[in-house]
This record gives sequence, C-alpha cells and structure tokens, in this order.
Amino acid sequence: MDDLLSEFLTETSESLEVIDAELVRFEAEPNDQGILNNVFRLVHTIKGTCGFLGLPRLEAVAHAGETLLGRFRDGTIEVTPPAVTLVLESIDQIKALLGHLEANETEPEGDDAALINRLEQAAEGALAEDKPAEAAAAAEPAPAPAAKAESADEKTKKPRPANLADDVRWDEDLGRELRPGEVSLAELEAAFASVDVEDFANPPVSAEGETATEAAAPEAEEPVAAPVVDKAIKSLAAIADADAANDAEVRSEGPRASQSIRVNVDVLEHLMNMVSELVLTRNQLLQMVRAMEDSEFKTPLQRLSNVTGELQEAVMKTRMQPIGNAWKKIPRIVRDASNDLGKKIKLVMEGDQTELDRQVLELIRDPLTHMIRNSCDHGIELPSDRMAVGKPEAGSIVLRAYHEGGHIHIELRDDGAGLKTARIRQKAIEKGVVTVEEATNMTDQQIHRLIFAPGFSTAEKVTNLSGRGVGMDVVKTNIEVIGGAVDLVSREGEGTTFTIKIPLTLAIVSALIVGVEGQRFAVPQLSVVELVRTGSENENRIEQINGTQVLRLRDRLLPVLPLTTALKLDKESEASKSRFVIVMQVASHRFGLVVDEVFDTEEIVVKPIASLLRDVTEYSGSTILGDGSVIMILDPNGISKLAALDTGKTTTNTVVEETQRLVSRGDQKTSLLVFSAGTSEPKACPLSLVTRLEEIEIDRFEMTNRGPVVQYRGQLMPIIHMAGGMNSNENGRQPVLVVNNGDSVVGIGVDQVLDITEDVLKVSLEDDTPGILGTAVIAGKATEVIDIGHFLSQADYDWASAMSEMRTAPKSLLLFESHAFFRNMLAPLLEASGYIVTSVASAAEAIEANIEPADFDVVLADVDNDEEARRFMEQLSTDDKWRDVPRIALSNREDSLVEADFAGCVRKSDRHGLLAVLDQTANLKGQAA
Amino acid sequence: MSSSEYITLYIGGQLFGASVARIHDVFAPTSITPVPLSPPEVAGLLNLRGRIVTAIDTRARLGLPPRDPEADIMAIGIEKGSESFGLIIDEVGEVMTLDDSDREDVPGNLDPVWAQVAAGVYRLKDRLLVLMDIDKVLSFGAEGDADRGSKAA
Repeated sequence: MDDLLSEFLTETSESLEVIDAELVRFEAEPNDQGILNNVFRLVHTIKGTCGFLGLPRLEAVAHAGETLLGRFRDGTIEVTPPAVTLVLESIDQIKALLGHLEANETEPEGDDAALINRLEQAAEGALAEDKPAEAAAAAEPAPAPAAKAESADEKTKKPRPANLADDVRWDEDLGRELRPGEVSLAELEAAFASVDVEDFANPPVSAEGETATEAAAPEAEEPVAAPVVDKAIKSLAAIADADAANDAEVRSEGPRASQSIRVNVDVLEHLMNMVSELVLTRNQLLQMVRAMEDSEFKTPLQRLSNVTGELQEAVMKTRMQPIGNAWKKIPRIVRDASNDLGKKIKLVMEGDQTELDRQVLELIRDPLTHMIRNSCDHGIELPSDRMAVGKPEAGSIVLRAYHEGGHIHIELRDDGAGLKTARIRQKAIEKGVVTVEEATNMTDQQIHRLIFAPGFSTAEKVTNLSGRGVGMDVVKTNIEVIGGAVDLVSREGEGTTFTIKIPLTLAIVSALIVGVEGQRFAVPQLSVVELVRTGSENENRIEQINGTQVLRLRDRLLPVLPLTTALKLDKESEASKSRFVIVMQVASHRFGLVVDEVFDTEEIVVKPIASLLRDVTEYSGSTILGDGSVIMILDPNGISKLAALDTGKTTTNTVVEETQRLVSRGDQKTSLLVFSAGTSEPKACPLSLVTRLEEIEIDRFEMTNRGPVVQYRGQLMPIIHMAGGMNSNENGRQPVLVVNNGDSVVGIGVDQVLDITEDVLKVSLEDDTPGILGTAVIAGKATEVIDIGHFLSQADYDWASAMSEMRTAPKSLLLFESHAFFRNMLAPLLEASGYIVTSVASAAEAIEANIEPADFDVVLADVDNDEEARRFMEQLSTDDKWRDVPRIALSNREDSLVEADFAGCVRKSDRHGLLAVLDQTANLKGQAA
Repeated sequence: MSSSEYITLYIGGQLFGASVARIHDVFAPTSITPVPLSPPEVAGLLNLRGRIVTAIDTRARLGLPPRDPEADIMAIGIEKGSESFGLIIDEVGEVMTLDDSDREDVPGNLDPVWAQVAAGVYRLKDRLLVLMDIDKVLSFGAEGDADRGSKAA
C-alpha cells in the first residue's frame, strides 16, 4: 500500500475514535466549545486530507458532517441527540469507507447522497428561512438514487415527507399548532412503526419543549427514520432559546501538544529482540568476569549492566499503553445502546491511564465491549422500572481499572437489576447446562457464574445488542486465553459487578524453572500455589491408589501428576527419591505436578509457540533463558486437563475404604450412579466404586458353569445380573457396571443406567434383602442403595467356596459395628462365608441382646473410628467370661493389636485377610474348648 | 536460458539442492532443546542470535534412520511467515548454478514421502541431485500422515 495512504488510514482511524468519544461528551455538554472545536478540527483535517489524496466520496461525507458541525459551532443549530446521531452516522460512514479503502486501496463505488442530503438539511434546518441553501452549494449534488452503498439504500427507503413542512396543522398531543417543519407525534410514531424496531419503549407523551427532545431520542433507534429527524431538529431549533454560543472564548481545552511520534510496531518488536539479546550477552560477560579475580573490566561492565537493565525497562515501556485506548469506543457504545433501548445510562470511567501491554490491550478490547453491551442491555432497567423501585432514573455503569500485584484489575459495575437468580437457574436447567439436582444445590453465587457457561443466554428476547447466546462464555474464554480471570458479584435489584483480572503483560511473565530428566521447563508463576518437597523420609509422601498418585497435603488428598508422565518422558525412577510437587491451581482445579528439580524463578520473555508445536496443548510458548538456552513454557491449562483425566480413573480396588470414606463424610455430597435393574424403582451406588460403564453385546456373553462371563480387556469378567436374569436392551446390548475388585474385574448387569447425580448418601430405610443396603432419598426419589460388595462376593467364587470347604461347622460371630452402612455390608459377606452373624450397633444393644460368651466363636469390631467399640472390646478383654473368646479388630492402625489384647487385627479393606483370620481364630477357640 | 542457484547438501548420503533464495543462514546448531510430545520430525528448538528456531530433523522427515549422535551436524536457516526454521542436515556442500531446462520430473517410483518434498531431479556428472521443495519439507502433519498412510497400504 502507498505509504501516504497507509499513514492517512492510521491517522484517520485514530482521529475517528477521538471524535466518537468527544461527540458523546459534547452531546452531554453542548455548551463546551472546546470539545466542539476539537471535533470540528479533526473532521476538517480528515476532509482536507481526503481532498489532497483524491478521495472524493470520503471528502463529500466529511464535508457534509463538517458543515453541520460548523452550524453547531456558530450556535445556529441547537445540539440535540438526533443531530449528534446524524453526525455520528456520518462518522460511521467514513469508517465504512475507510475500511473498504484499507482492504482495496480504492473507495467503494456508489455515493452517499442520501446521508449527505440529510446532513445538509440538518445544517440548513434553522437557517432555512434567512440563508437559503448556502450550505447545499458546498456539497456535490446527489446524482444516483440507486446507490450501491448500503447506507444510501437504507436511507432512501422512506420518501421524504417534504411537503408536510409547509402545512400548518394542529397537533393534539402538543396542544398547539405545529411550527413550520415540525411533525406531529402521530407521524413520528408512524415512522417508528414502519421501522422494524423490536424494542420500542418509551413513547413520547409529555408536553412542550421536553416533548420534542424525548420524541427525538428514540429516533436514534434506526437511521431510516432520518427524514423525521430533520424535522425534529428544525423544531427544536425553533423552540429552544438559542443560547448555544455562550462562551466565546474557545481554546480552553484543546488537545495536548503532540509529545509522541508514531513508530511501527515491527520496529518496536525488533528493538525488543535486540535488547533481549543484549541482556543475554551481558549475562555471559558477567559470568566470565565473575570467574576472574580482580578484573579491570569489572567497573565498566557494571555500568554496562546498569545501562542494559534500564534500556530493557524502557523498551518494555514502549509496549505499554493506557487502557483508555481500549475504552475509546465505549462512550459511543453506551450512548447508542441507551438510545436504542430507551434507557438512560451514565457512564463513568476511572483509571483510563492504567497501563498495560499492547498485546493484552488488543485482546481485552472485544470482551470488554461485549460486557458493556450486556450491562446496558440486561443490567440497567428502563427508566420507568427504575423509578418504580425508587432508583434514580438514569442508571450508571462504572468502569474502573487499577494495578494490583502485577495484575490489572478491571471492574465493571452497574446499578441495574442484578442477575435474576431464579431465572438463571431455570434457564440453566432448560438448556441442560446443569441438572435439576445440581441447580438446587448451588449457591446463588454459583448460579450467577452459570452465565459464563457455553450456550447460555437469558435475554428474554434477542436484541441487536446482545443475547445471542454466544456471550459470556466467549468473554470468559478470551480472558482466560491471556491468563486472566473473570468473576462477578450480583445482588438482585442492586446491580452487578464484574471483575476481570489480567496480567500486565503477556510478553514477560514470572516463571518457575523446573527440571525433569535433565530437561528444563518454565511454569508460569501465576498458577503456582505452593511448592512441596516430598520423599520417603519426608512427611509429605506421594502415595498410590491403583496406580494413581496422590499427595497427602495437610488435611486433603491432592491428585498429582509426574511431569515425566505428562510429557511422556517416563523412565521409572525410584519412588524414594526426594522430589518436588508444584501445587497448581487452574480455575477451580487444584493438582500437583511432580518434578525432579526446582531451579529458580526468572522473568521470562514469552515467545509464541512454533506453529509445528501448536497442537501440543501442554505448552503455551517458549523462551530464552538468561544463559541463552531455549526452554518450553508449560501451559497449566493443558496440563490440568491431563491431571483431571488421571484423577477420573478412580480407585476401585479398595471398595471398602471408599465406601467408608463416603459414609463417614456425613452430610457431604457423593457422586451416585442411578440405574434400574429388575424393578422400575431406581437403584444407586456410589459412582466411585464403579470403574467403567460398558454396554456389552449380548452375543459376547459366554456361559461357564459359574454363570456368564465376557472377555474383557484380555481377561474373563464374570457377569452377575443384579435382578437375576439377563436383560439386554432393544439393540442387543447389556449395560454393565464394571467393578474392579483387586486383581479381578466383575461386571454387574443392570437394565438401564439412568443418571449420575450428586447427593448426600443417607440410608434412611434399612433393608434385609441381600445386596441392598437400604433406601435413601436421591434426587428427590426413594432409591435403593446397592451393596456392591455383595455382588463382588457373589462373583468371587474362588475364595468364597474354598473358605467354606475348610470350615467344618458353622461358627458364630459377634459383630460390633456402629455404622449401619458397614454393618450391612459386612454381615452379608460374613454370612455368605458361613458364619452365623449377630450384629450389634452399641454396647447398650449388646447388653439388651443378652449375649453370652458361649454363643460366640469370635468377636469382630471396628475399633478405628469408634470409641465405644474400643471400650467395649477392652471391657471384654477384662471380663473373665469373655476373655477366652478371641477378639479381632478391624483397624488400619498397627498398634490396635497391642492395646486391647486382640487375637488378630485386619485392615478394613482386606476382605480376603479378614476371612482368613476369622477362620483361623474361630477354629482356635474350638480347639481350646 | 534461465538458471538458478542452489546450495547442495547431504542427508543420509543423498545429495540435495535447495534454492539459495530461500536460505537465510547456514550454521552449526548447538544445544538443541528437545521438545517432548512434539512430532518426531521436530528435533527441538534452538537459539539463533536471540531468535527461537524450530529445528527440523530432515532424516526423520525423509524417513531415514537417525544419524550417529556424535556426528557433526549442520543446519540451514529458513524464514517462513514470521517464524524461523532450521533444517538439520548432515553436511553442506557448495553453491551450484543449474539450468532450469535440465531439471527433470521426480521419478514416479520414488518413495511417496520423498516425492512429496522433491521438486525435481538434476543429473549431475557423477550423481543425482534431488531438488528440495523447502515449503513441502516444512509442511507435515495431516498431509504427511496421509502420504505415509498410503505408502503403508
């Protein structure tokens, strides 16, 4: 492109942004000559340059706009919203033309006759009587009505009711004669009605001067109504006390003298690269000199070092721009939106001098615009509604930016209606964003955050501003892409505050340099919560559950992922080795990344990732370290997805532990799998006990004398149907819950998997039916809670049958267990293994049951969590009659055995062990007797 | 008669020619940082005077066995878009001027991966020179996979 032209384009679009903002300000303060002069000057410059460059179409539009502005300046025309709208329209047209010019290097075909006409008319407006058509001569006459330009097309749709101006008519609404050029309200309304505006609110009704203003305001809704605008302007000019040209003194607040020059971004980038290299070289030099004793280079090198540092800082600064640059369009947006929606909105912008990186600035511009639109559209109520609830008629939107802790915070606050929690909840359920159960259990704050969910929009109707359902989720994604975060606080009736937190710069981030397998990587400090050293001799140990690594960190388990696994660098290194866990937080997900070494933190210059590596989501970029080596920057988002995948593979070999954990959690929620089997009533079991859900073709079932089996992942999986017979669904497939039982896998056939839900697992009605623990209310329905353990034991033929063969006579057993859940799980298991089980839940119950030592071969009690059980066992050990009955403790603690003189101690999860120990000790008593 | 200048280079014993116009640098790459999870053709990243260069292992790209890790390597630097690439090769030869009219089509029976990156063949006095299409060398992934798939089939 021609240098001259490209410079013109850059300069003009900057001027236009200023004009936009200034005009809106001007509208509010029509008496401020300073603003007007500034606008006038800018438009004039554009016009002049266009003429110079030979761009007639642009020049014509600019000229017409300038003429109207000139009239404002002379004070011959009152500054009114419709008039300003018209000027803004001409600015828009100029922008459109510029856009075309930029793409094609020529002006588009067609002309802007209609627009120019209207501008001229507005300019003539009040002058029409005394200075006929002076302005008209200046602009070219409009040649072709069949203009190609959209604007022209659009605007010629309505015939101009020119003849009306001459008639003197009575207007009932105004209660007086219409002045020359004025139109009746009825006509105005008719004009709107013909214009397809969805949201026509606030029809003008009051009388006199105000009427004209109010009547004119909605006109901005659609430029098609333009001929009417002319009239309104004329009338306004006539009605109002023409007091515009108040202060003659003009040059109060001209633009500050230009202290800046335009520099191509490429030049800056190049400069930046050169400085980075300079820094590297300096670092090398420093290292070399440090090794030397008493070098004469030391002093000059120190100076070089300082200068380099300052230079680097200065170059960084060139990339910084005030956030106000991204806000320039906002006043215009708010103005247009308030006009379109018939709302009154006051915009306050604070901290527009807050600086941030150019790149970040570009990236937040669109999300911010969208959020502002949302606030105008959904946030601020109509004036009438506001008055009704006792708020000031005009709503306010406050946009505030400030620095805090290496971040820019942007706050967008409105005093509108706030989010309608109930409505969002309902909508979220309708749209399938959350289930009914989830929604009912969420706090208001959580519900509010659902507006960031993909495909969510609560707009009652789609307006042209917002409400297309691609809103806030895109905003959120865009902000997260640049390492930012967005959140909101809303109070119904009081307003909503959005907060955006973004890093100052994308180019330089503080990063932790870590190492695995001799390779170094950078982890953005932003997502690092803490560093934990682990190792066998350390209190923070990495433990394994079914191959998944977890870290016991204070009171919680943290899923951890070795970086070697994430990057597939796997070489099985010894677990005892002292290593580091970087605790990372990505959104709400917290996990640990295991690395071999942590070097230090370094400010790194982020370089975009190579195109060939773009598909590798584990990296967000690369950088050159101080020593000149290139390293990859890990993307916490990408890594967290891996970690999430890993943790999803839940541990199932410790069914008992897991069940116990769930039960002992009390009121906490558990993920439950809801399904049907046999009957139509829903059944449920903790989801964590189920490894996978499979649908297996009925043809794949093979019969053995122990029942059906299926070849599953290289081993035979016995299948037990919960309701007895097999029941495939219509397409010949059997839904199967695959349960991992230690080394073997068991499939439990069900009729249909209904849902996965979160609820409190609280068995309220207990049940004697084997395999059923009881009934609980899950998702508002009575649901049978299934004892997975029962089905496991049913399938586990080998040992169960082997054990029963060993026993000669049935032994009786006293089970002391206060947890109903557990009691119900253990008793059937023990009974299935040939014991006569008497279970008691408390000492009182034991006394009541009138138990006699002679009746029992063995006593079994869970002594870990249960103080009462422990005391009971101790009591037995000191009781002469009971002393001979062997006592077995269920405990995960080694020392239990010693304390209460137990015959045996078994870990709770060890089903095989339990039966083996029981068998041994029960027989022991028999022998002793 | 028009002619073009080529830099000759050796990869796995084969002589290649690459257009001088496309080559920015010839350098001996040092300390290439391997990138886990990257496509096998990507040897890693390296720092060339403050720029991060994506190093492409041409042997892997051409389906040749890896070279002796101890052997000296060379690289030619290429700019594509706003990015820098370095093609890791075994050895750099000389600059050669060849007549365009002497260029022959790629033989139809050439390995598809080779055929993809070859823009033509020159019959030199003592050996054949395969003209390398730099852009094709740099484009792999979906396209390249498809080619390799058809080769396997």
